[in-house]
Amino acid sequence: MSAGVSTLPAASRPETPMQRAWRRLKARKAAMFGLVVILALVLIAIFAPLIAPFDPTRQSWAAVRKAPSALHWFGTDEVGRDLLSRVIFGTRASLAAGVVSVGIAVALGVPLGLLAGYGPRWADTVLSRITDAMLASPFLILAIALAAFLGPSLTNAMIAIGVTATPIFIRLTRGQVMTVKVEDYVESARAVGNPRWRIAVKHILPNVMPQLLVQITLTIAMAVIAEASLSFLGLGQQPPAPSWGSMLNSAQRFLTNAPWMAIWPGLAIFVTVLSFNLLGDGLRDAFDPRERG
Amino acid sequence: MLALVARRLMQLVPTIIIVSMMIFGLQQLLPGDPATIMAGEERDPEVIEQIRKQYRLDQPIPLQYVYWIKGVVKGDLGESMRLKEPVSRLVAQKLPVTLQLAAMAMLIAILIGVPAGIVSAVKKDTPWDYIVNVISLWGISTPNFWLGILMIFLFSVHLGWLPASGYVSPFENPWQSLKTTIMPAFVLGNSIAGVLMRHTRAAMLQALSSDYVRTARAKGLGETRVILAHAMRNALTPVITLGALEFGTLLSGAVLTEQIFTIPGFGKLIVDAVFNRDYAVVQGVVLVTSATYILLNLLADLGYILVNPRLRT
Repeated sequence: MSAGVSTLPAASRPETPMQRAWRRLKARKAAMFGLVVILALVLIAIFAPLIAPFDPTRQSWAAVRKAPSALHWFGTDEVGRDLLSRVIFGTRASLAAGVVSVGIAVALGVPLGLLAGYGPRWADTVLSRITDAMLASPFLILAIALAAFLGPSLTNAMIAIGVTATPIFIRLTRGQVMTVKVEDYVESARAVGNPRWRIAVKHILPNVMPQLLVQITLTIAMAVIAEASLSFLGLGQQPPAPSWGSMLNSAQRFLTNAPWMAIWPGLAIFVTVLSFNLLGDGLRDAFDPRERG
Repeated sequence: MLALVARRLMQLVPTIIIVSMMIFGLQQLLPGDPATIMAGEERDPEVIEQIRKQYRLDQPIPLQYVYWIKGVVKGDLGESMRLKEPVSRLVAQKLPVTLQLAAMAMLIAILIGVPAGIVSAVKKDTPWDYIVNVISLWGISTPNFWLGILMIFLFSVHLGWLPASGYVSPFENPWQSLKTTIMPAFVLGNSIAGVLMRHTRAAMLQALSSDYVRTARAKGLGETRVILAHAMRNALTPVITLGALEFGTLLSGAVLTEQIFTIPGFGKLIVDAVFNRDYAVVQGVVLVTSATYILLNLLADLGYILVNPRLRT
């Protein structure tokens, strides 16, 4: 049936929305920079044991608070641990926190958003009120309170951040569903007798994806800062496991003698968050139908 | 207008009830017996029993909530286990400090963010625009606790110009107060400035391409007048409303900033409470913060309606 289409020369084949978005994204240098840095960070996190020159938890009393040198490129900390190795291993906690907590928020928020937007009216009323209530509390304060009650650990920090970010996805999905559900193709799918859940998953969800992708990227940036903040306060990754947030906490106490301790973990957070923000901005422009090109 | 205000207030009631349930529900997340956990180091069964009675932990959960919310409505947020003081008094002591910090931060954010956003829109696609975009991305992507540490290193440790920590009330010594709060306020305002720059730029670009600006130009008005009197006036309305909504971010940011600069405000209160397992204080702070945030949202909404007559119907 599609034989005619497949024999068309590539140039005349219509571009799918995803292909167009990718082409536009590739044209944006800042977004591509973000994407490349994120991919590099993922590789660093995966291959941390191979890249790191030292064991990130090994203490050495002979190398306490050493300034950056040929042996220790980023210097050492207050118990002689190699900072470069700790920054490299810290990538794992930060990326894991970003991805897992946003994963939790998406896994909870998207189905609930679909239910609110395309389910029974009472579900919308209840979910919208809960969303309003959760968004009424400042993000980090709610995450801190949740982490405090759950107990300090990286897993609990991820749960706290994920749950706190959930209403963002409920509201976004609901809003998008509201726009999409009056479109002709959804009406037609309903007219031919598709059940509601099938319409929601097969017809509505794919059309909500672009906005979701943008939000996921920007929320990961927010989650990375939130994890670093919780770890800075001692509510996230527990010592001696390395985390950029907790490294900054100890750096603060040695600012006079070892200022380099404060530079690298902060720079790592900044570069990670910046990359996700750049990619998110790029994706938003790439998916925006008003943008030309 | 009055009917509209009443309607908005009514809409807030379920939100406030759910927020209070959520905050009360936090207590249920504690692993094990809340009374034992709340007692902390204290292992005396009598003390634990007294806590159980005092917080009515022996009653069913819905009833516990009713007792708690009754107290909250009367201004009773419970008692700090550690400081043996009513939470409401602690909140009343610490809130002004954070509000001063937040107000200063907002002022800094507006002074940087709005003019930069206007310049960026007016000089679109020029080096000015790129510089503003870079600054805004810096503001949005920099963790404020890192910026705080770097500033302490530069201005306190290295140059010795400003104190690294501490707080002086403006009523005690205004100059000293400014010196102790200017760095934390800048750190807090930095990220909001980034957000405001983006909003201002977007709103100005929209205003500059609108018909009334074209008409103003066609009338032969000078460019400065067109930008300042015509475009800016309309573009700033949503920006100011969005600024009010950013207040929540300020309250969140204050937690870490106060921790770094050892400022005895709201943020430090919640962090100290978290580490001392002083759960009534944690709940109280979250409740008051949420209530403040809800109130600001309402004021922002009403302000927006007030300046935008089309929304009044």
